[in-house]
Amino acid sequence: MEKHVNQFQNVHFTLNGKEVEKYVDVRASLTDMLRNDYSMTSVKKGCEVGECGACTVIIDGEAFNSCIYLAVWAEGKNITTLEGLMGPNGELSDIQQAFIDEAAIQCGFCSPGFILSAWEILNSGKEYTDDELRKLLSGHLCRCTGYENILRAVKKTMYQRLGKEMPQED
Amino acid sequence: MYDMKALYEATSVDDAVALRIAHPEAQIIAGGSDVLVQMREGRRAGAELISIQKLDELRGVKMEEDGTIRIGSLTSFSHITKDPIIQKHLLVLGEAVDQVGGPQIRNIGTIGGNTCNGVTSADSASTLFALDAIIELTGPNGVRRLPIQEFYIKAGKVDIREGEIQTGILIPKESYENCCGHYVKYAMRNAMDIATLGTSVNVRLSVDKKTVERARVAFGVAGPIPMRAATAENLAAGKPISMELAEAFGKAVREDINPRDSWRAAKDFRLHIAVESAKRAFIESVKLAGGDL
Repeated sequence: MEKHVNQFQNVHFTLNGKEVEKYVDVRASLTDMLRNDYSMTSVKKGCEVGECGACTVIIDGEAFNSCIYLAVWAEGKNITTLEGLMGPNGELSDIQQAFIDEAAIQCGFCSPGFILSAWEILNSGKEYTDDELRKLLSGHLCRCTGYENILRAVKKTMYQRLGKEMPQED
Repeated sequence: MYDMKALYEATSVDDAVALRIAHPEAQIIAGGSDVLVQMREGRRAGAELISIQKLDELRGVKMEEDGTIRIGSLTSFSHITKDPIIQKHLLVLGEAVDQVGGPQIRNIGTIGGNTCNGVTSADSASTLFALDAIIELTGPNGVRRLPIQEFYIKAGKVDIREGEIQTGILIPKESYENCCGHYVKYAMRNAMDIATLGTSVNVRLSVDKKTVERARVAFGVAGPIPMRAATAENLAAGKPISMELAEAFGKAVREDINPRDSWRAAKDFRLHIAVESAKRAFIESVKLAGGDL
């Protein structure tokens, strides 16, 4: 049998605002590298085929499933994980607090991914309808909450950031 | 960890071509949302990969001097949808690719990968067929262009030859000018699902908006590869717009398509939704073009 030749590559990128560098196995997914080499355990291993969204990270401002992204592709990128949303003294961000207030969390496995997608949505500064928000959040699966509380948490934060009153629900 | 034998990262289009020749067995990987998933399933386990992910020159939408719209093969679905040139001239394509998978998949998935994997259900493919898109391939002998209808050979097989990579998708001005279209994806869920049937229609109306000058319709999952329905197109061309024409247009698509029974849907059901989707997409296209229906 042909022997597998280990192949490594140097990767230099920005992780949660800090420049980092790693000599990484080319076979590693970005999830592998973030969890194993940087202890970013908010990046969850769920389906590992890009369906559940639990491994979502922000790369150059857009949400990606890190499970179907090669670690070596991180070269030169700016990557944010949930850990990067934390304030200087460990404070929660507005969207994290809204998830708590709206009981949008049960087991917590989908939460980091949902919160990061919400982060991208909220950073656009736009006002979305419920249908648009549902579509923008549709790349995540949650098996506990039934999604309504998650939607409400995102919507509440969106109106807070826009300085508007959240419309009353029927 | 992925079960791959080796990864070759291309640094330019020329480098990618050289790598293709040096490693003819290797699989090209662009965004990875098909290749890496197949690798995880074991279907491509142990394969060598040629990554073209870093070729930023293949990203973006450009308007060329003769009015041709060039979409770089590595342009992600979400960037196509957001692109101002697409929003102005090819809204139907932006809407079609906005129905692929979910948001994160649309950020990584590329239009080149969507067409190169040769699957009939690709959300971009039916619209590209309906727009008479041209596929551009770059290889050791330079650039080769061919109509998308010729690019698809059979299910899962496209005309990419030794040493070639797909570098762009071109939409000629004559194809999109004064043309409005609509895409209907029929699937069981609104997100993260593969089309049971995809229907893309576009029309060009006469100046007084009363007559159909040209109507085109293409389907995904109505056969082993995406396909046009010429009978319906010929029937509508030159006819005054009316609801009866929309009905007849829908019914006529049955003459050309050949869907199959699969676990997703029965053949009869696909035929039924093809007629209905073609009719609805036709009506919507005519309305978008300014026709009164």
